[in-house]
Amino acid sequence: MATVGRALLILALAVAFYGVAASIYGAVRGRDEWIASGRRSVYAIAALVTGAFAILEVAFLRSDFSFATVASHSSTTTPTFYKGAAAWSSQEGSLLLWLWLLSLWSSLVLFATRRQLRRVAPYATAVLLGFAAFFAGLLVFRETPFELLAVVPPEGNGLNPLLRHPSMMIHPPMLYSGYTLFTIPFAFAIGALITRQVGAADWIRATRRFALGAWLFLGIGILLGARWSYAELGWGGYWAWDPVENASLLPWLTGTAFIHSIMIQEKRGMLKIWNVSLVLATGTLAILGTFLVRSGILDSIHAFGASTLGVPFVILIGILIASSVGLVVLRRNELRSENRLDSLLSREAIFLLNNLVLVAMAFVVFWGTFWPLIAEALTGTRRALGPPWFDKYTVPLAIVLVLLSGIGPVIAWRKATVSNARRNFLLPAAAAFALGAVLAALGAADRPLALAMFVCGAFVVASVGQEFWRGVGVRRAMTGENPLAALRSLVARNRRRYGGYLVHVGMALLFVGVAASTAFNDARDVRLAPGQSVRSGDYTFTYERATSRISTHDGELEKISFGAVVDVSRDGRHVTTMRPERGYYPSRDLRGLGPVGRFFEGEATSEIGLDAGLRRDIWTAMTPDIRRLLPTIEEGDRVFAAAAGKLPPALEGQALGAALEGIVDKYLADRPQATFRVISSPLVTWIWIGSIVVFLGGLIALWPGPDAARRKVTARYAARVAEDLGRA
Amino acid sequence: MPPARKRKIRLVVALSAAVLLAGALVYTSLLSSNEAVTPSDLLAAKAGASYQLTGKVVDGSVRNTSSGVDFRVRDREGTTAVPVTYSGAVPDPFREGREVIVTVRKEGATFVGERDSLVTKCPSKFTEDATQRS
Amino acid sequence: MRHAWPRTSAARSKRSVDILALLVIVAVLTAVVVVVSAPLRGGRVERTRGAAEDDIAELEARKEAKYREIRDAEMDLRTGKLSREDHRALDRQLRAEAVEILKALDDARS
Repeated sequence: MATVGRALLILALAVAFYGVAASIYGAVRGRDEWIASGRRSVYAIAALVTGAFAILEVAFLRSDFSFATVASHSSTTTPTFYKGAAAWSSQEGSLLLWLWLLSLWSSLVLFATRRQLRRVAPYATAVLLGFAAFFAGLLVFRETPFELLAVVPPEGNGLNPLLRHPSMMIHPPMLYSGYTLFTIPFAFAIGALITRQVGAADWIRATRRFALGAWLFLGIGILLGARWSYAELGWGGYWAWDPVENASLLPWLTGTAFIHSIMIQEKRGMLKIWNVSLVLATGTLAILGTFLVRSGILDSIHAFGASTLGVPFVILIGILIASSVGLVVLRRNELRSENRLDSLLSREAIFLLNNLVLVAMAFVVFWGTFWPLIAEALTGTRRALGPPWFDKYTVPLAIVLVLLSGIGPVIAWRKATVSNARRNFLLPAAAAFALGAVLAALGAADRPLALAMFVCGAFVVASVGQEFWRGVGVRRAMTGENPLAALRSLVARNRRRYGGYLVHVGMALLFVGVAASTAFNDARDVRLAPGQSVRSGDYTFTYERATSRISTHDGELEKISFGAVVDVSRDGRHVTTMRPERGYYPSRDLRGLGPVGRFFEGEATSEIGLDAGLRRDIWTAMTPDIRRLLPTIEEGDRVFAAAAGKLPPALEGQALGAALEGIVDKYLADRPQATFRVISSPLVTWIWIGSIVVFLGGLIALWPGPDAARRKVTARYAARVAEDLGRA
Repeated sequence: MPPARKRKIRLVVALSAAVLLAGALVYTSLLSSNEAVTPSDLLAAKAGASYQLTGKVVDGSVRNTSSGVDFRVRDREGTTAVPVTYSGAVPDPFREGREVIVTVRKEGATFVGERDSLVTKCPSKFTEDATQRS
Repeated sequence: MRHAWPRTSAARSKRSVDILALLVIVAVLTAVVVVVSAPLRGGRVERTRGAAEDDIAELEARKEAKYREIRDAEMDLRTGKLSREDHRALDRQLRAEAVEILKALDDARS
């Protein structure tokens, strides 16, 4: 089957080359049949890559260890769900996933636009096929998922236990969906530029939903990563400004600017250069993000076994940047604005400011991420920046962003008047300031930036609330529906507007959660003996006693865990009991490790103790002190090494099991000390709640509206305008 | 004021703001960044200065202490090694032979690691989540 | 003449797997070539709109968008976001722009 998989990818590569040639030839000569053939190439590639991906998945699910990638990333003891997901935990598998998703979305958009955009679509097809050819080429010539092993091992390496978490498995497909969906508007922008169609909004209308979908998926992917970091890793944070994290944030920031800015081009024919530049930048940053994670050029990114893919990616990114800049310069005449900015107090101005703030944020993140390389180029020494530097710039910019999201949807087009401002902003602003005063009195004034975020967040929620209130009121006046039905029909008839409002509310909640949990959390690292306590925030954490256990799966030892029972109380009243643990997986690499010691030399994972609530999260992780166990382990190593081969395997296994049980019991008997990190952190849950609201709002905004209602409405206005026409 | 002049003023203001931000960025990044070094570079380290050290954990050098962990870091290819004392929670994948990044400051004969700055790179060739912090 | 090929069942099944793979590959290759070249061999080609039709579609889309704007402006008036005078001015402007689009549509269609 691996041969078939290989052949399918080679075929996909060949078809991609053909498709590029056919599309361009058809576009230049105006020959529809060649354009159609180019389009069918995309469908064919989607089918071929689906087949290849299916072959890989089947190999993983069947634990076919003749596939090298299955042997190194999966095992028979891996649960089925993770076997399937392990397919994309490898370099080659993830590239295949990327290509598969790209081919699917490309097929979708080309099918949807097969009768439209006659001039632009062929070039867009060529660009998308170009990307497909690049990734297929990597898969065929550099990193194939279908490499076979000459000797089939009986067992695989297994999936890194740190990745055995549902979020971590959905995270890559979400991110890749985001990246690949952003290539769609990118390709159509290139096509529009080449064919001088970029002044019109055709290419935007055809790809708007894809851009929005991309933004949504990418955002979900980023948030899943943050959630995983918080709930699974032992440090208690959700964002570290790590280059890998930043790489996915960059296209999201410019993508956010893009989906807002295109509204201005639709309504007023302005910001055309912005739109085209933003989408080209977003597509390029998506490729850059894909590359950065696997490149090894930046220290904080996983760089082990420096990848062979660096050079091709750099060349591709260079081509993307050069052609983007070149095309925009060449077509600057078609990109002139149809209208001018009338006033700084207008929706157009707010959107422009929004663009500027988001691009500034992207620039800051870009600069900080690539600073090691820039510094090396400028000064000869590599230098690195930490989270405080990033926070210094992104926090004020984020506050401004939230504020803008409250003003933007409500302020008038072209020029806002004083009465207009009073009508729309008085109530929300008053509510926000009132809240701010209350919070300041309660002590939030110690952290002015957090307080500013709270006030701006409140402003957004109040302003959107006012919009919904008024909208429902109007609908009820028109139709007499009850409030709930009115709300439903209001949203259904204005999905983009009210979906967008929900997204803004969700983002405000998210940022409020971030601000509160960063500024007002209390984190402590402390070493405790059983019975001792530590205070964090209003809570007292007491290390009651140690725990230890051996986990098995299908009769095989999976991991040995040492943990603690931690009792949390507040003002003397019991709040919750948590059981943080550290799990030690046996090492598969037997070199130089004792028969007993190897059970403690493999991967280690933390099980976090987490009590989440609407007002605060209580979080704890522990590191056991196993130093006292070391002499016993070493003795066990000696004993078993001496007895090696002298006992039948079944008995030896039993003896080993008994020895491990003995060690595990010894840990309890010793009543050992342990190191704890305890954190009490307010409003963390609102980050996740905000994300869900953003997701719902995005879905609503994406949802296609009903045709019938639209036609009814437009007919009404058509009649009125026709009347004007008659008068004109 | 004629609209053309207004637009020009706005453009100048916007560009100045951009230049200011860029200038602030460059200035603070030079000021607050730590030099990224390997263990060999640290032989010439200045006391009190912070460095971002990258290297491999020397086999057999890891000692659990009451507050954290002591270990030695060597060049990726080479044997020059320096001692590091780190307090705080140790990231899950931390172990001998793996490549780590840690912000350290020279104090006496050893290098003290900054809290929460220890990052361990994943051992396999490529994983989705690349780094685990403590 | 004797065959030199090994006659073990493992080798035979490996050979049959190889042949199966080859058959699958050839079948897939044929399918791809047939599907992708269909338009060139005189198959049904989606009749895309010509450049003129593209322009008309663009104007139609702009018309729909303009109608949506008029409707949104009325909604803004009803919800109190716009005062009566502001709305009157905006509505007048939008309807004038809509008339322009309709005229352009008429010209394009003729």
